[in-house]
Amino acid sequence: MPRDFPPRSFSARVPSLLFLACVLAALFFLVSTSQAQSQAAVTQAEEVPAQATDLVQPAPPPVTDLRAIDTPSDEGGSITVRWTEPANAEELGLTYQVLRSDKPDGGYAPVGQAGAGEQEFVDMGLTDGQAYYYKVRSVLGAGVAESEATRAAQAKGNWFRSYRLNALVLLVVFSSSVLYYITRARKAKPIYIRKIAGLDAVDEAVGRATEMGKKMFYIPGIMSVDEIQTIASLAILGHVAKLSATYNADLEVPNKDPLTFAAARETVKEAYLEAGRPDLYREEMVNYVTYDQFAYTASVTGKMVRERPATNFLIGSFYAESLLLAETGQSIGAIQISGTAEVAQLPFFVVACDYTLIGEELYAASAYLSREPILLGSIKGQDITKFLLIVALGLGVVLESIGIKFMSAAFRMK
Amino acid sequence: MKRQLPLLLTFLAGTIPIVAFFVPERHVGLVSTTLDSWLIIVAGFALLLGVVNVIQMNANKIHRRSSGWPYAIVLLLSLAIMGFFGFAGAFDMFGGIATRPDGSSTPFDWLYKFAFLPLQGTMFALLAFFMASASYRAFRARNVEATILLIAALLVMFGRIPFGEMVSKWFPLATEWIMGKPNMAAQRGIMIGAALGAASMALRIILGIERSYLGIGKGE
Repeated sequence: MPRDFPPRSFSARVPSLLFLACVLAALFFLVSTSQAQSQAAVTQAEEVPAQATDLVQPAPPPVTDLRAIDTPSDEGGSITVRWTEPANAEELGLTYQVLRSDKPDGGYAPVGQAGAGEQEFVDMGLTDGQAYYYKVRSVLGAGVAESEATRAAQAKGNWFRSYRLNALVLLVVFSSSVLYYITRARKAKPIYIRKIAGLDAVDEAVGRATEMGKKMFYIPGIMSVDEIQTIASLAILGHVAKLSATYNADLEVPNKDPLTFAAARETVKEAYLEAGRPDLYREEMVNYVTYDQFAYTASVTGKMVRERPATNFLIGSFYAESLLLAETGQSIGAIQISGTAEVAQLPFFVVACDYTLIGEELYAASAYLSREPILLGSIKGQDITKFLLIVALGLGVVLESIGIKFMSAAFRMK
Repeated sequence: MKRQLPLLLTFLAGTIPIVAFFVPERHVGLVSTTLDSWLIIVAGFALLLGVVNVIQMNANKIHRRSSGWPYAIVLLLSLAIMGFFGFAGAFDMFGGIATRPDGSSTPFDWLYKFAFLPLQGTMFALLAFFMASASYRAFRARNVEATILLIAALLVMFGRIPFGEMVSKWFPLATEWIMGKPNMAAQRGIMIGAALGAASMALRIILGIERSYLGIGKGE
């Protein structure tokens, strides 16, 4: 039910009106004050540049300890200029101009720039054997300060990249170890090599294809012969082709790379010749498909589904097509032996294939399959180097943990 | 000579890049880069050999009516059409091989964009389905190793999706730990072994000990 309120008199409204007037007055005061302040700020801002232009820019501090030397470990034609910048260079926002002349007392022209924090400049494209002089000009706004000139510096070619000394030492240790065990193997000292299930299964896989009267596919990866995995794969292909010739199995090698195709063809042809069955070799055994990765995959998987091979070898360098090929082979029930050193593709092969040669096993395959003492010797040498590296790793962990940085510095590559 | 010459060439081709890696002298570098250029030229000729092989193989297949011969017709037709527009485009016919200045497609570009690329994309997209089937097989907990794999995979998958983070902040941390510690350690182990294996193989090839890839018999 609505309630009726009695009408209020004017005197009763006075306090409310007074309060409203106060609020309005306060608002007016605030607005006018802020306008005055912003006006003052604008005026001040306009005045500042006028004052600044009246100031004279002080000369910045010059760089010290300027020196120019031949760039170490390079092919020649370059000089490195180094300097020490003033302590507050970054705070001031200094920049540097590098000046060069072929005379010590004049004719300096800018050849490069550097910012605050930079204390080195490499001057390229110089003539070997000619003397060059350098100055560095510090720049701060309109103020500049030039350093003293350097002594004469000459560019020259070097014969060794000294920063790769650690790689050379490792190469020498590794090669010596391999060559020592090869020499040992030549003296007919027996060398033990662990069992590699994937390689033991090669004979069984070829035999299965022969018994079933079906095809074998050998896919040597998708990379060219400048990839070491492809070479390792071709070595295994030679062995598989020899077995295929011996058992009269049907082998097909589809290729993605034209150079690999040419090399694979020679490998298979020679293997058939060596097995004493050149009559069984047919040109179409090793064929070229296409240079495109997925067109190649489509072709090979299509052939797998239509021709249902008994055995697939997927050995070499693979990328995104690895799972497409291996999973298709798995779906048709083929026995599959794979091998790669591509870490990202290994899980796919492990999941979809019966046997997988992991990383180094791929490279050991030719030695393992041929049982040649000399090749086995090289595997032993490789293992010794691996052992030394494991020792170095362990030592490195200990030394780094106690704050000695020797090992990490010794193994750092530039 | 038939055996010695390839081995000598292999020795030189293998040694020069190693020397160039350590010696910055410009003549050595020049020899090394020249070898790289030769490889490209040889690969160009080898590609021609490959194309001839494709034509020969498929023509024979059609001639003999071997199984799948209709596919050979499709392949040769595709090769001829793309080859024709590619060659013609190289001689500035039909507006070249890329898009025209007005943005319209040349025949080669049109075939590439609307036939080749979709086919390529389709093949790549199939990978998702193959990955699903492979994962299903791999993640069945048949033994201890497979069970560990399953648990690790579940943790990683949970940690990589927003839902996992919503459920618990520990999932992304567990994922990071699995990927950064045990997974990385295993990967590095494989990589170090593979690198040494590759170096050993390279040494055997350079020294002529490993010859099986040339098909010229055993090492001596």
